[in-house]
Amino acid sequence: MKSDVPIALDQSEKSSRAALREQIAGAAEIVAIPTLALAAALVLFGIFVALFGKNPLDLYFYMYQGAFGTWFSWQNTLTRAAPLILTALCTALPAQLGMVIIGGEGALLMGALAATSAALALPGAPPFAVQVAMAAAGMIAGGLWIALSGALRQYRGVNETISSLLLVYVALALLNHLVEGPMRDPTSLNKPSTSEIGAANMIGTIPGTDVHWGFAFGIVAAVLAYVLIYHTVFGFAARVAGGNIRAAKVVGLNVSRLILIICFLAGAAAGLAGMVEVAAVQGRTNANLAAGYGFTGILVAFLARHNPLAIIPVAILLGGIGASGGLLQRRLGLPDASVLVLQGMIFIAVLASDSLYGRLPIFARKGAA
Amino acid sequence: MTFDPLSRRRLLRGTAALTVATAVPLRAAYAKETTIGFIYVGSRDDYGYNQAHAQGAAALKKLPDIKVVEEEKVPETDAVEKTMESMINLDGATLLFPTSFGYYNPHMIKVANKYPKPRFEHCGGLWTDKDPKNAGSYFGYIDEAQYVSGIVAGHSTKSGKLGFVAAKPIPQVLRNINAFAMGAKLANPKASLQVIFTGDWSMPVKEAEATNSLIDQGVDVVTCHVDGPKTVVENAARRGAMVCGYHVNQATLAPKAYLTGAEWNWEALYPRFVKMFTAGETIPNFYRGGLKEGLVKVSPYGAIVSEAARKQADDVKAKLTDGSYVIFKGPLVDNKGKTVIASGINRGQTDPELEKMDYLVDGVIGATS
Repeated sequence: MKSDVPIALDQSEKSSRAALREQIAGAAEIVAIPTLALAAALVLFGIFVALFGKNPLDLYFYMYQGAFGTWFSWQNTLTRAAPLILTALCTALPAQLGMVIIGGEGALLMGALAATSAALALPGAPPFAVQVAMAAAGMIAGGLWIALSGALRQYRGVNETISSLLLVYVALALLNHLVEGPMRDPTSLNKPSTSEIGAANMIGTIPGTDVHWGFAFGIVAAVLAYVLIYHTVFGFAARVAGGNIRAAKVVGLNVSRLILIICFLAGAAAGLAGMVEVAAVQGRTNANLAAGYGFTGILVAFLARHNPLAIIPVAILLGGIGASGGLLQRRLGLPDASVLVLQGMIFIAVLASDSLYGRLPIFARKGAA
Repeated sequence: MTFDPLSRRRLLRGTAALTVATAVPLRAAYAKETTIGFIYVGSRDDYGYNQAHAQGAAALKKLPDIKVVEEEKVPETDAVEKTMESMINLDGATLLFPTSFGYYNPHMIKVANKYPKPRFEHCGGLWTDKDPKNAGSYFGYIDEAQYVSGIVAGHSTKSGKLGFVAAKPIPQVLRNINAFAMGAKLANPKASLQVIFTGDWSMPVKEAEATNSLIDQGVDVVTCHVDGPKTVVENAARRGAMVCGYHVNQATLAPKAYLTGAEWNWEALYPRFVKMFTAGETIPNFYRGGLKEGLVKVSPYGAIVSEAARKQADDVKAKLTDGSYVIFKGPLVDNKGKTVIASGINRGQTDPELEKMDYLVDGVIGATS
């Protein structure tokens, strides 16, 4: 009998060590597989570029230089990443519930319109109050826009992917109508726009950089989303509902409420991106806002496997690709479409690499089937 | 390439220490070479607006000691600010041509304030003394070429019905539509011009639909004002209609159907600007011109254009070129019966009233809103 105890201890120690090893292997796997996929996409792109008679080494050098090679390049990258973090959350949050929302662009436009309206409705108010009102209005408008898709799905059985996409066109039509009609600044002759929100109400850049505050907002939002999803009961409930909606109902979760709240939060993130585009970049609303950030956000969310924290580096990566795209055009004479080719290759490589999880021998776990 | 500050050799020599690449001096000694940056909102081979500018850029490449860097498909967001800065910081550009209308305010103004040394030349903006002194705007009175084009169209039509596919009912576009209609009516008082607005600058599907619908209504000469006239020109020609081009010469797309067209002549203007710039002279901050100044031109007449049409068109073109002809003169009535220019008033090309045009003249079928 004596021998039982040390053996038991030994086993538990072993199993805890094994668990630790598994955790490390798991973490390594999560980092290694997307990195491999990225490298594969870059190699493929290098071959593609070589077929057009350009030197792939030049390509990699300029890509690095344009995206991360100088302080200016870094700022360029982060500026481009800023709206993508927020719009990616618009897809990543509903994904926890198993929903595929691709209408972040619509929420962004509605957020921008609402934020502009809030600023124009408060002439003479202190700038900080205006900015808070703009952010609140943008988030509410964007939130309601995506909550609409959630409600359509929950109460009317309309596919949320289709409805959120179609609502983008509704939002765009509404924006164009308002900007060219009721909200048009009569002095915006050849570029129909709303009136300007005023220089004093602009939120400016993060001190010491050229990067506007949207980047900081994005990081905060991504961290909050991560905490919400992985460290709160609400988030746990959402993941349960995403895993098996019937099981969630059986255990008494209010799935309708979960869907509406998550969709609202998702839309609020994209709406905030719209507010930032107005308050930090354009200073007014016009058709320029429909720059496709909402759509690139979908790509970011999928590449990040809908993990809110992973969205941050992925957004920076895509921001970097965008930033280096210009240098590729200028130095190598590649057309703009080549950047799209690279994005496509990365997307496909990362999605295809999903099948590698649990199959690479170096990350093999004991006990895993 | 010897002056290329970012050659791979430099990288290899500087070791592959990527982390210290932030310190790589990006502006090497450009002894004499002037680097000029061109930024396009669409692709530079669009047979339209962007190609016209790219042809101007191509003319600069032939000049000695001039290096041209180009970037296409740059959206009218902070992306264009970063592109301008990237051209200044990484390429050492000292003269920039951001060519799309929406680049002007706030983007180019912002960058011009931040970088007082480089020179910024914008196409289409309205520079005022409140704007930075190192910025300028230029534009061409292309309605003069449209007027001549309209004369040819008026002579060529058999049904008396002309068609115009237009992007947005903004002053610049309305001015072209009106000039085309007035030219056509000069040649054929019974001619009418049907307008369809597509709502945006580049909507190939809607442009094709509009072209088809115009031809279904009996229109036999089609022209347009969209960013890329390729769709309209090819569709119209396929349907057996005649075509007047816009932006650049589209005769190669429809050799048999092409009558003439209104073209930009940036390949004449840009070398002029660059010679002023390299000679240390100041480029005027506000620069406008038409046929007289050589900023716009009329495409060579197609084979099907009659002698009578050529004669009248050449005649008017000669008068416009020597400055003795006014297109917009009273009495002018719009298509709702309202007098928009009173009898006895001549609105010459530089008249600021014309920049605010919000009507369609008598003979045009369509509405501005």
